[in-house]
Amino acid sequence: MEMTKIFQEVDEIVSRYEGQITGSVGILQDIQKRYNYLPQEALVHMAKRLNVPLSQVYSLATFYKAFSLRPRGKHLISVCMGTACHVRGAPRILERLQKTLNIKPGQTSRDLQFSLETVNCLGACALGPLMVIDGEYFGNMSARKVESILKRCKKSSGSQKNQENEENKDAV
Amino acid sequence: MKRIKTPSELEKLRKSILAGYDSSRACITICKGTGCSASGAAAVVATFREEIKRQKVETKIDIRTTGCHGFCERGPLVVIYPEGIFYQRVSTEDVAEIVSQTAMRGRIIERLLYIDPATDKKVVHENEVPFYNKQLRLIFGNNGRIDPTEIRDYIGLGGYSSLSKTLFEMKPQDVIEAIKQSGLRGRGGGGFPTGRKWESCREAEGDIKYVICNADEGDPGAFQDRSLLEGNPHSVLEGLIIGGYAVGAKEGYIYVRNEYPLAVEHVGIAIEQAEEYGLLGENIFGSGFSFTIKVSRGGGAFVCGESSALMASIEGRLGEPRFKHVHATEKGLWDRPTTLNNVKTWATVPLIINKGADWYARIGTEKSKGTMIFSLVGKINNTGLVEVPMGLPLRDLIYGIGGGIPGEKRFKAVQTGGPSGGCIPEKLLDLPVDYERLTEAGSMMGSGGLIVMDEDTCMVNVAKYFLSFTIDESCGKCTPCREGIKHMLEILSNISEGKAREEDLEILEELGNMVKETSLCALGGSAPNPVLSTLRYFRDEYEAHIKDKKCPAGVCLELIQYSIDEAKCTGCGVCKKECPQGAISGEKKEPHKIDKKICIKCGICLEVCKFDAIEVG
Repeated sequence: MEMTKIFQEVDEIVSRYEGQITGSVGILQDIQKRYNYLPQEALVHMAKRLNVPLSQVYSLATFYKAFSLRPRGKHLISVCMGTACHVRGAPRILERLQKTLNIKPGQTSRDLQFSLETVNCLGACALGPLMVIDGEYFGNMSARKVESILKRCKKSSGSQKNQENEENKDAV
Repeated sequence: MKRIKTPSELEKLRKSILAGYDSSRACITICKGTGCSASGAAAVVATFREEIKRQKVETKIDIRTTGCHGFCERGPLVVIYPEGIFYQRVSTEDVAEIVSQTAMRGRIIERLLYIDPATDKKVVHENEVPFYNKQLRLIFGNNGRIDPTEIRDYIGLGGYSSLSKTLFEMKPQDVIEAIKQSGLRGRGGGGFPTGRKWESCREAEGDIKYVICNADEGDPGAFQDRSLLEGNPHSVLEGLIIGGYAVGAKEGYIYVRNEYPLAVEHVGIAIEQAEEYGLLGENIFGSGFSFTIKVSRGGGAFVCGESSALMASIEGRLGEPRFKHVHATEKGLWDRPTTLNNVKTWATVPLIINKGADWYARIGTEKSKGTMIFSLVGKINNTGLVEVPMGLPLRDLIYGIGGGIPGEKRFKAVQTGGPSGGCIPEKLLDLPVDYERLTEAGSMMGSGGLIVMDEDTCMVNVAKYFLSFTIDESCGKCTPCREGIKHMLEILSNISEGKAREEDLEILEELGNMVKETSLCALGGSAPNPVLSTLRYFRDEYEAHIKDKKCPAGVCLELIQYSIDEAKCTGCGVCKKECPQGAISGEKKEPHKIDKKICIKCGICLEVCKFDAIEVG
């Protein structure tokens, strides 16, 4: 990506927060939303614009869980590990995902297709165990459904995902 | 010009809004809370809009999308007014019929009705569903009645009249006195008397003061704050403005989890609309009082739910707690006097101002007043959010409203208070739920999560789960929390793997008490609770792991094995086909076998077997 373009975009985001250090968590969030992760150049530029040491920005970026310093895959899989999902068997779903994708939570598959992460409760406990792929909810999950959902996801078209959701609902 | 300049203009607006509603006209309300949305509510709403156009009945039927009704288990939920007909698990295929039959002709569609499992009878109206009619929905009730993105709906129901009363009929001291009289206590879990907190903030020295709404709801299994912000954001704003007036603050912050995109969106819309109507900003109602609200999004750190960490995060710093020898009410955000309360606390404030402190104080128990919203989740039939008076016994919550445990399983424990709380066993089911009783039982109110566990839940595993959570979320600033919990988890892992010694239980207890006593903030101070409470009530289960090397619930992988009951196996071959390891062998129509050397205990065979032939032990 062109450097000047990153700088411009970061400038624009920082100015949304009036260039104030108070906005740093929000600024990081917006940068991540734009690039899907926090590119090094963007952080360096952000520190410059806020007139703070890079280490300060870096400490924020590593303290808060929502941020990633590495590029993430095309599809983001979030497995809910909240208590309700846990007692309904979420660890088995995660285990299956790890085995199938050959990555651990926080990592991205080699083909850059999938990133796997765990979240502590999405608040849709009625549907647990629950996983979310790119904002699409897959409720009442079971280890057995993992592989077919991933396959469909690779082909990735919105209607197919909805259909899977319907099937899930029927299985309740 | 929409700006409301006097209390009488607000009243006039409210009357004109109500006059615009034709109560005999059909209105289809569809829940678009996160739970129903995840079950496909958006598609249902879109189909309703198309279908009403297609059937050319736009002039006869209204559509309203509302916030969470609470009965997430049965979503997507649709209620048709004026009759209040209640349909559950509605799909896009049902829509045409609902429009033509129910909304237009008042005919009931039997298959969409809720069946009360206790009586096997179909229930037609929302207020007859046992899940709802045993609740007292003071704060949460309006969620199902209003469109959260439409301020006129809120005003129509009397919204912002408390604010008007506050600004024109009460002095700040009167407001504080009313909140003190009501007995309202912090709904974030600590239970500190709200009126006293406000009073110390008002009395603290300084021209600039702040009020903060804590919506960093991090407890897994709790989502009531999110539901309120999504479903009725104006009630929270109104509470916050009243609080600002009472303590002498001109600025308020709402700190909300970024994992709650819909809540962020709805609060943003609500603030904009309130500003447009002159209910926020300069010179509210022409009273001379000015107040602004900003939204601050969290970064996914659980510890930021702790007040001092939250304030650090708003300031753009690391969300690390500090010592609290000086209270936030004296030195909080940017070292100015600050009042921080939970979403539910703020949403209760307008109610108390409107209906009076005495009215509120009559609800609940001696020391815990009012209602509490609980999230009823886990191994329970009716998952959802419920609001009940303080002091209701756990049994009524779990069996009365929650409909008991699915699959004829046995109740084992209910976990309250999130990672800071504890597990309450069956023998304490008649415990009236309030701040004091829960603390006595070794748990706490917390944010109101109630996670029900049945006989298939291993208590060692649950304790391990919560400690892994707190380790992950510990900010690392103080040693007892950072290191102590880690060592506790090591012991727990040994127990779950059958490697522990008997004396480890005592070490675990000692370590737990030490972490509790010496940690800097409430995160560490309460982190050992899940371990200590399970040790207190379920010690035999720990001992079974250690002495017999067995996990009685069949959860801890190192201590269980999968096998096939030859008498029950019909040789259908389904498990053989589904096993990802190829660990199952056998001829068709002959009993199958699991090769324990290859088996990874993934549980898929257990899931697919229709003959109950897979044994875990």
